[in-house]
Amino acid sequence: MAEHLGVAVYCEIKGGTLLPIAAEGLGIGRQLADALGQPLSALLVGSGIGGLAPQAIAAGADKVYVVDDPLLKEYLAETYVRALQKAVGEIKPAVLIMGQTDAGRELAPRLAFRLDTAATLDCIDLAIDPATKRLLQTKPVYGGNAQAVYTGDTDPQIVTIRTKAFSALAPDASRKGEVISIAAALDASAIKTKVLDHVVAEAGGIKIEDANVVVSGGRGIGGAEGFKQLEELARLLKGALGASRPPCDNGWVADTVQVGLTGKIIAPEVYIAVAISGSSQHMSGCSGSKTIIAINKDREANIFRHARFGVVGDWKKVLPAFTAKIRELVAS
Amino acid sequence: MINIIVCMKQVIDPEAPPSTFKIDPATGKAEMHGAPPVIDPYGEYAVEASLKVKDAVGGKLTAISLGKGLLREVVKKPLAMGADELILLEDDAFAGLDSWTTATALAAAIKKKGGYDLILCGREASDTNSGQTGPGIAEILGLPCVTLARKIDVKDRTARVERVTSVGYDVIEVPLPAVITVSNEIGEPRYPTIKGIMAAKKIEPLVWKPADIGITPSAGARSRTKKLFQPVYEGKCEFVENDNIEEAAIALAVKIREAKIL
Repeated sequence: MAEHLGVAVYCEIKGGTLLPIAAEGLGIGRQLADALGQPLSALLVGSGIGGLAPQAIAAGADKVYVVDDPLLKEYLAETYVRALQKAVGEIKPAVLIMGQTDAGRELAPRLAFRLDTAATLDCIDLAIDPATKRLLQTKPVYGGNAQAVYTGDTDPQIVTIRTKAFSALAPDASRKGEVISIAAALDASAIKTKVLDHVVAEAGGIKIEDANVVVSGGRGIGGAEGFKQLEELARLLKGALGASRPPCDNGWVADTVQVGLTGKIIAPEVYIAVAISGSSQHMSGCSGSKTIIAINKDREANIFRHARFGVVGDWKKVLPAFTAKIRELVAS
Repeated sequence: MINIIVCMKQVIDPEAPPSTFKIDPATGKAEMHGAPPVIDPYGEYAVEASLKVKDAVGGKLTAISLGKGLLREVVKKPLAMGADELILLEDDAFAGLDSWTTATALAAAIKKKGGYDLILCGREASDTNSGQTGPGIAEILGLPCVTLARKIDVKDRTARVERVTSVGYDVIEVPLPAVITVSNEIGEPRYPTIKGIMAAKKIEPLVWKPADIGITPSAGARSRTKKLFQPVYEGKCEFVENDNIEEAAIALAVKIREAKIL
């Protein structure tokens, strides 16, 4: 694999800006590149995006490859995977880092199969094996009950990283880097899939992934009515409402507030888990929270293994008293 | 009338309590102590999505499962739910495959079966959480692929798919044949009916070995597991206790306010 060299980070762009996960990817990418003694490059794909290259350099990249094409204005897996295949085929990195986002989770495996190599999705730890110089890729498996470390012999070694699992570097505007453009060479007539519409679900207030406080409910809340009480506490704390999977599957709350392996991965300052048992798949989405406070009637519930503070009892009795006291304390 | 293929997997029960999860130190394999294996829930959503399409436009549904030691009462569940036939890729050599080899074997079986219009998979399996089988099959067979479906409407050789995103969903149109992966937002899988269970009993699965689909599973893996371990959580929860539960709630509020957490 001598021909593959360096670490590349696919820096996802949305609404004309780099996503935070791009800087997180460059942060860990810098560490891996330094461990290998090889360069770090950033890969930008889109339309009219060349102006973002200095940000990628400030975030740690030595080189920025830009694939700029009007056909890439809107995200479509089919066109993006073709553009990536061409670019990554030219860059030939030993490691390619992407974000575990709506796009990354489908682009990474498709790209890996096209390039005859392996991908590991949703990594929470990455390191270079000092003996073999190969990438050790750690990811949660069994819904978070366990973690596995994977490695492979084919390049590029493709991974996606979990949101907030890695730290970005402080941007350094004085860093220097080279910008190289790569042609997408897309054939519009060969595109089979078509995006007809983007639908944004109604979500009033603060977005769950940006909130400092998240008040989340589980199956034990019992219905949409109960979630109004959780929403009241969330509003009071200027936070957002969340839920484990059952309330979403039952239609009590919008699917977009689901916290867990199949929903949002969040890391707020405070996570208040109400009537949530704490299944591994749910904890995958919130275990990065700074402080977890749990209310559950079962003292043996798994959530208490992760919580800093807890009350054992029926949430219908605990929550109103808790909310009233918080209201009083916040006002004073 | 269309031909649908759905891929699903036998897994250790992901709904069993986390306390029953163990990794056998001798074999390095995971198990749910005392809980029998089940059909992977994400695969079950894919079966449900397949049946919804079959209900709407008519057709034949073939379920394919891959592994070793496949319990017939487990892998026959899609038949009981309404699938028409079952293909099992069953062999010791099919145990613990990486994503590459899994997709390669399934794609080879799908090719051998032939005549497909729609191939559905779960968004990921609940054991490996790999999320690559569907996209991998699509790439190997050279088919278009849409992931994370919450709704699938088939009309005139085209599928209109609602794809789950972090803010809502996208509507994507794809010509058939295509591969679609299914998310839990598709809706709860139906329960097998008594009639379905009786019908499933009479259907004998086709069992294919690696030689039947022309692959050598031990060769060509792209990824290997170096280590499988259980992270340890310290469990330092401070319980706020009081015989009067409302008083406990108030004490909790005071405590976290004093600790400047809220």
